[in-house]
Amino acid sequence: MKYLILIHHNQQATELWASMSAEERAEGILAHTELHRDLVDSGEMVASEALADPSQARRVLVSAGQTTVTDGPFAELKEHLAGFYLVDCESIDRAIEHATRIPEAAFGLVEVRPVMSPNGMEM
Amino acid sequence: VSTEAVSIEHLLREASPRVLAAVVRRYGSFETCEDAVQEALLAASAQWPRDGVPANPEGWLINVASRRWIEQWRRDSARNRREVAAAALDATAPETVSDIDDTLILLLLCCHPALTPPSQVALTLRAVGGLTTAEIARAFLVPEATVAQRISRAKQRIKASAAEFELPPPDALPERLDSGLHVLYLIFNEGYTASEGPQLHRVDLTAEAIRLTRQLHAALPDNGEVAGLLALMLLTEARRPARPDAQGNQVPLAEQDRTLWDKSLIDQGVELITGALSSAPLGPYQLQAAIAAVHADAPSAEATDWPQILGLYNLLQQASPGAMVDLGRAVAMAMVMGPRAGLCELAVAERDPALARHYRLNAVRAHLLELAGEPEAARTEYLTAAERTTSIPEQRYLASRAARLGVPKPHEH
Repeated sequence: MKYLILIHHNQQATELWASMSAEERAEGILAHTELHRDLVDSGEMVASEALADPSQARRVLVSAGQTTVTDGPFAELKEHLAGFYLVDCESIDRAIEHATRIPEAAFGLVEVRPVMSPNGMEM
Repeated sequence: VSTEAVSIEHLLREASPRVLAAVVRRYGSFETCEDAVQEALLAASAQWPRDGVPANPEGWLINVASRRWIEQWRRDSARNRREVAAAALDATAPETVSDIDDTLILLLLCCHPALTPPSQVALTLRAVGGLTTAEIARAFLVPEATVAQRISRAKQRIKASAAEFELPPPDALPERLDSGLHVLYLIFNEGYTASEGPQLHRVDLTAEAIRLTRQLHAALPDNGEVAGLLALMLLTEARRPARPDAQGNQVPLAEQDRTLWDKSLIDQGVELITGALSSAPLGPYQLQAAIAAVHADAPSAEATDWPQILGLYNLLQQASPGAMVDLGRAVAMAMVMGPRAGLCELAVAERDPALARHYRLNAVRAHLLELAGEPEAARTEYLTAAERTTSIPEQRYLASRAARLGVPKPHEH
């Protein structure tokens, strides 16, 4: 089963990150590096990326064949998506186990979502 | 894809376990031999379509794999001579004992208890099935690197556990065989549940599982559970042509056009399960196959022998209790004694925490409520099931059932 582990960010987390010492920041980065390495080693990693700041987002509108592109996210967001891990593992409990290792989980900003599968039983 | 390319692919898959066994007998190390054989298979799939199939395909593969193994051994031994076993180059080791034993030994080795099920599945498909890492990755919709890592990790574990390339001792055999059967079942299930669209360019995992289970059945013809699993696969596969409708949506068993079912697969399955039931100790795969055989035997959904299916579910509940068995039994009960009886049974089954929040419970309850003439309640349950499932085709099906019940009926006066 695939699960998407979403890492959100908010003002509080961003400010805290900025106020951290170099060592503390290195620790946070190391936690991600180690999680990434372990997921690759265990054969559970599908993909993982960090996302650019939401100010870099483009909104795309296609209407009557005309495309309009505007800057910025959909709304003034309290929380925004900052990165993700797409994992393929045995159960949601296992995915949660991985999620607990993400430093942002300390702020309650980590979410685990089951991914829909194209497979299905006949009922 | 030309028929020639398909037949080369078949030839390579059939030869794969025999070639691997021969190379392991020669050089001893499963881990490195498996890599060498994989390289030989890749070389063959590139060269044979161009240059033609050699007169002795297996001999060709064994030679190429041996050459690759020796090249690798020279590179490794140059790095660290002390680690090299002196016997490594003994090419006089005994040749193939028998094809059947080799396949069985390999399957049991790949289903070693030290491995996780996804690793067992990946390694079995590569070492026994002769599939490439890329094919396995496409079949399971994960990146090739992920599958490669699962395989290499699995081989390291097998090496660390010092497992030998031989049949496990008789007292360990039944347990290892159980895990082998489970792996074959998982492979089949992955293929059987795959929807039509994304399956393009994916290896046909049901065909692969059936092929490997046939080989296992040839090795152990008297084992009732091996025969039961093979029968279950054939009887399930027989329904494949009737499963998608014209739009590619899933058609439930009760609404399938039974004239589309594959008669020859049904005959094979029924013969196998009949033989197993009359001669071997009863087991869960045989019971599931027997249930599938009762369905296959019914000319229409209405003509299904539900009392017999209920009896089989009662036995299955004893042999292999579980949430999914409880659900199947509740449906059978509803069909024999009416939807109310089935709903009561569901209320009991729901006490199992594994089932309480499972969408299948809601889906079955929806179906039984519909039969009981409670469209409103059924609709709510269908919607809950649709919300909880993580399967796209099932969600589509459940939502369509809910929509069908949602159309308000004109008032009758």
